[in-house]
Amino acid sequence: MSRSDVALAIAFLAPYGALFGAFAVYPIGYALWMGSKPSLYADLLADPLYLRSLFNTLLFVGVGVNVKLFLALLLSGFFMRPQRWIKLLLVVYLLPWMLPAVQACISIRWMLAGEDALVDRALAVAFGVDGPIWFNHWWLALGANIVAYVWKWMPFWTVIFLAGRMAIPRDVCDAATVDGADGCRRFVHLTFPLLANLYLVCTLLSTMWTMGEFTTVYFVSGGAPVWTTEVLATLAFHYAFDAANPALGVAAAISVLPLLVPLVIALMRALHTRVVQL
Amino acid sequence: MRLRRLVTETGAVMLGIVLLIWTLIPVYTMLLIALDPEEGEVEFSGNLWPPAPSLESFRVVLTQDARYLEHFWRQLGNSLYIGLSTMVLTVLIASLATFAVARMRLGRGAPVMSAAVLTNASLLTYVIPASLLIFPFQRLMHTYGLSNDPWAVIAAQVTFATPFAILILRSYGRLIPIELDDAARVDGASSAQVYRRVYLPSMAPALALVATYALVLVWNDYVYQFALLSSEKHMTAAVMQAQLFDDADPPWNAMMAAAVIYALPPVAIFFLLRRTMMVGLTRWWR
Repeated sequence: MSRSDVALAIAFLAPYGALFGAFAVYPIGYALWMGSKPSLYADLLADPLYLRSLFNTLLFVGVGVNVKLFLALLLSGFFMRPQRWIKLLLVVYLLPWMLPAVQACISIRWMLAGEDALVDRALAVAFGVDGPIWFNHWWLALGANIVAYVWKWMPFWTVIFLAGRMAIPRDVCDAATVDGADGCRRFVHLTFPLLANLYLVCTLLSTMWTMGEFTTVYFVSGGAPVWTTEVLATLAFHYAFDAANPALGVAAAISVLPLLVPLVIALMRALHTRVVQL
Repeated sequence: MRLRRLVTETGAVMLGIVLLIWTLIPVYTMLLIALDPEEGEVEFSGNLWPPAPSLESFRVVLTQDARYLEHFWRQLGNSLYIGLSTMVLTVLIASLATFAVARMRLGRGAPVMSAAVLTNASLLTYVIPASLLIFPFQRLMHTYGLSNDPWAVIAAQVTFATPFAILILRSYGRLIPIELDDAARVDGASSAQVYRRVYLPSMAPALALVATYALVLVWNDYVYQFALLSSEKHMTAAVMQAQLFDDADPPWNAMMAAAVIYALPPVAIFFLLRRTMMVGLTRWWR
């Protein structure tokens, strides 16, 4: 490799290096410094809302991410079907990913809130029951948040799994079919093992991103009823902008580092395994 | 055998219908509210379509003739400026970095090694969730002299989009034989030419996916645009819409019409890039 190539490689890497240093390393370091006072954590633990939000976050991430990814994996198989209408359906199906989160969440909120909301009306017509007041029960409100989150993000991951499935050589599938494996067994013994690493990577990445999920919670339930569906991100937002105490918000973020650091390490390891990926 | 085929086909159609309903109901709600001429509280009257649908709300939005919407076009412009800049910068920065580590033999280590280092380092960005990193960002931007500047949001969003972009580009790049580069080099192409003439064209599907991802990231963002852009002048459409929550009697109909219009740019970009993306997805299929 010539010297000019080395210079060029450095020049190519420089923009990202600068960006990473100035806008990733520095803010993360700054966050650690902001949240370095032990008294902050005492304050956090003394706040019952914090433990509640932590619990909600774990529930939201645990249910939301797994349901979303599992359905996305199954649906990616459905979208592999060769018919033309399936391809058209895929374009429509991707709409939630394209639609702006704030507006979509407001729309979902209006399907549930109000006296004559769409969902309540549909329940009355279909089953003759009065719908509950959704945002008066924390589990219904949390459930609504999770459904909104799955609606919004499932299409994106379906595309990722679709790409992963398409990277599986066609003849492998054909061979299995010739050997008499039906759809279900093909999935369990062939597709899933080949996609397992991709599935793991996606789960880790999505878990990391969802730990900071803000928009669906803030705009669908808004923490209702009385702060019981807040998650860490919305709670930190209230700490910073309503209580003017950003350091406490940062402390809330740092308090989940013991969970996130192992996830990042696991992700790095999973990426090293060279099997079928995107 | 034929019966079984029929059952599978029927099942597929049913699943398709369920998916269609699941996907479209919130979109439908948006349209329903936007087309309903009644001012005030949002209610679903039980009709599947407003009794007297009107495009009044859209007119109101287009002529900026409602509370909150006085500067709608400027706000949409701000969103577009941030979105498109993030999109271009993410594609550029991520592709340059990935090319350097995966396609140029840096030092003595194999390209695979340096690519792994880059990916792993960049993933550290996600160790604190983006929405929670906003608080240090706010102070940081002040230090950088970028407070209340759209470039603060752009810088933040490019930072969060690039690690994922690098991940995608690196995985996709493995499928493109390095012999292509070697052939171009034998013909006398410099590394910069290989990047432009070989790497970028052959990576087009992955670049299209990354570009869409970056744009959609900005379009979905609320936290950064809210916290980093305080002035009226730089306010974006997403922040304006969220303001309505603090209002006792907001103009919801006009707002949903605005939401429909706001949703158009990413959908348009997706349609433009769809073909490129799908070609890439289906290339190894069959």
